[in-house]
Amino acid sequence: MTRIEIFGKGCAKCELLTERAAEAAKNLGLQADIVKVKDIAEIVSRGIMTTPGLAVDGVVKVQGHVPSVKAIEDLMKG
Amino acid sequence: MENGLGTENTPACGCGGTQPNGKPLHSPFLRKGGWLLLALPAWFLVYYWLLPATEWLTSSVFGLDLGSRLGSAVAFFLYDAPKVLLLLSLVVLGVTFIQTFVSPERTRDILARRAGAWGNLLASLLGIITPFCSCSAVPLFIGFVRVGVPLGATFSFLVSAPMVNEVALFMLLGLFGWKIAGLYAATGVGIAFLSGWVLGKLRMEKHLEAWVMEIPFTASTVDNHGMALPERLEVAVQGVRDILGKVWPYILAGIAVGAFIHGYVPESLMARFMGRSAWWSVPLAVIVGVPLYSNAAGVMPIVQALLGKGAALGTVLAFMMAVIGLSLPETIILRKVLKPTLIAVFLGVVATGILVVGYLFNLIL
Repeated sequence: MTRIEIFGKGCAKCELLTERAAEAAKNLGLQADIVKVKDIAEIVSRGIMTTPGLAVDGVVKVQGHVPSVKAIEDLMKG
Repeated sequence: MENGLGTENTPACGCGGTQPNGKPLHSPFLRKGGWLLLALPAWFLVYYWLLPATEWLTSSVFGLDLGSRLGSAVAFFLYDAPKVLLLLSLVVLGVTFIQTFVSPERTRDILARRAGAWGNLLASLLGIITPFCSCSAVPLFIGFVRVGVPLGATFSFLVSAPMVNEVALFMLLGLFGWKIAGLYAATGVGIAFLSGWVLGKLRMEKHLEAWVMEIPFTASTVDNHGMALPERLEVAVQGVRDILGKVWPYILAGIAVGAFIHGYVPESLMARFMGRSAWWSVPLAVIVGVPLYSNAAGVMPIVQALLGKGAALGTVLAFMMAVIGLSLPETIILRKVLKPTLIAVFLGVVATGILVVGYLFNLIL
């Protein structure tokens, strides 16, 4: 089970990132648990300065932009 | 963790780029950015034929006299709308491209090692090019302070980032030339530098909300930027789509106001309210400008019309900086990390800086 966290206060770009992360996980055949982290204190304590952000298994991989599905797949593999 | 902040939906949040997800272009020439070679000449062609085309449209097609009030307002609108949109597309393309090389994380790490006035100056300069939006102000503020960026330098950055708006800067360059653009950049950086320096000297650390320093914090070191050139260009094109899609109503509204001023506001009235002899015009411009929260691009046509009607440059500059640089939404967001005293001092120092710039330019130019 891969744990994917999406950081952001619920804006359009956070939604887009969530959709793309779900698609990337599906393409890779990963069992993914996607959690949205909306609490600003939690976002900040993870060291994220610009939203939207994405973490795979607790490691922050993306912040401040929305990568393509292909790029997210690479992040999930690496 | 409960800290009474709650969560909110800020539609503007997340100003970072979006990588397009569509099918890649087939031709390798186009994929490598060759379309730019085709698009740029077309852009210049349209840009230079715009004025004769709109004058012909106004006088020959609509049958309006270019010297009449309505005629000149209509011509202003027809000419300015495509002109500003064209200019904005080019500027956003360039700026978004440059910003794929810069990130707030990198800026933070550069600033973390600098103390004193140099830190303030560097923070003010980096504020121009670092992508920033007010919705990220809180996490950014905490990230800066917690890795050891001095409070004064953090404020220099927070003033400079919205005030010396890179889009506004290049729009000014395109519309009014390098002198006004240079004045805007230099005075904006000057205000950011001095405000941050003053705030640093005032030792305001105790006026931060307690959770800023107490919250568990790990600095992240994500490098978003190992992108190839075609990817950066794609992000830039997507940036143009995103931004133009979001700001065009502001721009059209701005141009409509500009057109009205251009056609209907008599120069004598403008001289009385915004001329350099009216000492109260600078503070008035700031007071009117702060609650007006507009996009940088939306202010440009208004600035253009005001200057065209003989408003004093200092007053117009003060108005523009108050609209772009001091915004109520950003102040409200910052209240989460700053106690009211510090908010008041912050606003006071920046507003004073803008006033000084306004008076200074009305005096010397």
